[in-house]
Amino acid sequence: MVEPKFFEGPQKGNLAAAYAAMDANVDVITAYPITPQTTVVEELSSLVGEEEFIARNQKTQFMRMESEHSVAAGLVGASYAGARVYSATAGQGLLYMTEMIHWMVGARLPVVLSIATRGLTGGGWNIWADYGDIMGLRDSGIMIQLLGTHQEIYDSILMGFNISEHPDVMLPLFPAYGGFVLSHTSKPVKRVPWEEAQKFVIPKRDEWEHVWIDSERPMMTGALIMPQSFYAEFRIKAHEAQLKAISVIKDTMAEFEKRFGRSYGNGLVEPYKADDADVLMIGYGTIAKQAEDAVDVLREQGYKAGALRVRTYRPFPTEDILKYIKKTQIVGVMDRAIAFGNPTAGPLSTDIMAACQRYDSTRNAKILPFIGGLGGRDVTYDDQIEQFKILFDLKEKGEAPKKPYKMWGTYWTGLITGSDKVPQGEEEYFGDI
Amino acid sequence: MVEEAKKWEIIRKSREERPKIQSWTSYWDLPPASLSFPIKGCAGHTGDWRTFKPVINQDECIKCYHCYMYCPEGTVLIDDESGIVSFDYDYCKGCGICAEMCPKKCIEMQREV
Repeated sequence: MVEPKFFEGPQKGNLAAAYAAMDANVDVITAYPITPQTTVVEELSSLVGEEEFIARNQKTQFMRMESEHSVAAGLVGASYAGARVYSATAGQGLLYMTEMIHWMVGARLPVVLSIATRGLTGGGWNIWADYGDIMGLRDSGIMIQLLGTHQEIYDSILMGFNISEHPDVMLPLFPAYGGFVLSHTSKPVKRVPWEEAQKFVIPKRDEWEHVWIDSERPMMTGALIMPQSFYAEFRIKAHEAQLKAISVIKDTMAEFEKRFGRSYGNGLVEPYKADDADVLMIGYGTIAKQAEDAVDVLREQGYKAGALRVRTYRPFPTEDILKYIKKTQIVGVMDRAIAFGNPTAGPLSTDIMAACQRYDSTRNAKILPFIGGLGGRDVTYDDQIEQFKILFDLKEKGEAPKKPYKMWGTYWTGLITGSDKVPQGEEEYFGDI
Repeated sequence: MVEEAKKWEIIRKSREERPKIQSWTSYWDLPPASLSFPIKGCAGHTGDWRTFKPVINQDECIKCYHCYMYCPEGTVLIDDESGIVSFDYDYCKGCGICAEMCPKKCIEMQREV
């Protein structure tokens, strides 16, 4: 028995991800570096030769590829053969993978691919936390989890295989965490003992039910489907799988909590003092985790604030979010990504408003969209307290307050307005559409 | 509607046991992703497409099997015992590659009809 080099202690988010993949006993890792994900695959390249894993006879293939497109293609190929696969990427790398990501979804391959999210590069180069990259793939059919702590990175990747490889689901899962904010900072991380991890993670299968490589039973997949044939049905099947994943994620979280005593809400959303709150702030990632501090400060001042962190973004946990909106009715939604041209400019806020329309009990909820922290700009909890104050203003006065950084109905938290900056456009919130 | 367990039984059978034609009837029967099995002649008798058919002169044939190697459709047949070459005219589309590749030029493309 070889003593593990790292088991418990301060650890970088990226390294926690690497250990999680090894503890899940992955078969194939394909790798190509990109900031801020680089240290994940760097660490994995050394872990595959680590004594600890060699002593346990763990055989993980580490393949260096020539690009992210090849990384994803490699995952697709290995997964077709029934292998458990893992890789990591970020930003532009994720964009370059996009074609093969749609392939994973269409072919229903259970890939786990972690993302250290970063700003996308176009007009300017940016490598810092911003969920614009992963949000660009929100409609591709992948499952997306947005993580808030270092420990959660480790746990989510370990749980990821149970969700992704579940026979009802069979879809790729992308756990995403803020680049640098989590990837390159250190916080206490505790690994699950390897033997325990093997018992928890879904047993490996020789081949998937719907695809295999066997010369005795040759099969072909990904062939041409004519319009009158079943293309539409296969697309709908992927949507059905997303919906089925909701209960699988809940079950996996419950099972994980039972075994290891850690949990993140019910796996879909993580509420913080949301049950008796007067106003609710919904967000995702590290900012939403930090909102818990803002809630504590406000509660000390006598404001009944509450926070809700959307941990699983796809499949969209409609019921779980609306449960809290129904109670509070005054809701802020904080996005750390911009969806150009969207009704609210924020991906999550648009989704939540759409979901609210489904039920009478939430149809009249007042929802204010906030956007901030783009390109890694700091959002302090003072900023978040101000966001809450805006919500309390709305609650008390019945209308959303004017701010120099409110434009087109959205509050652009942290916007550099200068002293003579005036708001543009009509001051309207979209909560009562 | 095929039962959940049954539908996998059918598609996971070996080459010999599979049904000659696989057909799904509705959304509820379908597997999660598109897949198909190589079945002989699933597009019908493609030999109908042919204009010229290959005819081999067995006297000159040296059994080098170049025709067999180059046939894109696998319609060149070799007798297991005698090694004699023949063609499967049900599926040969008459592309003429065998005639072109034959080192002895003993395959002749003859116009049909």
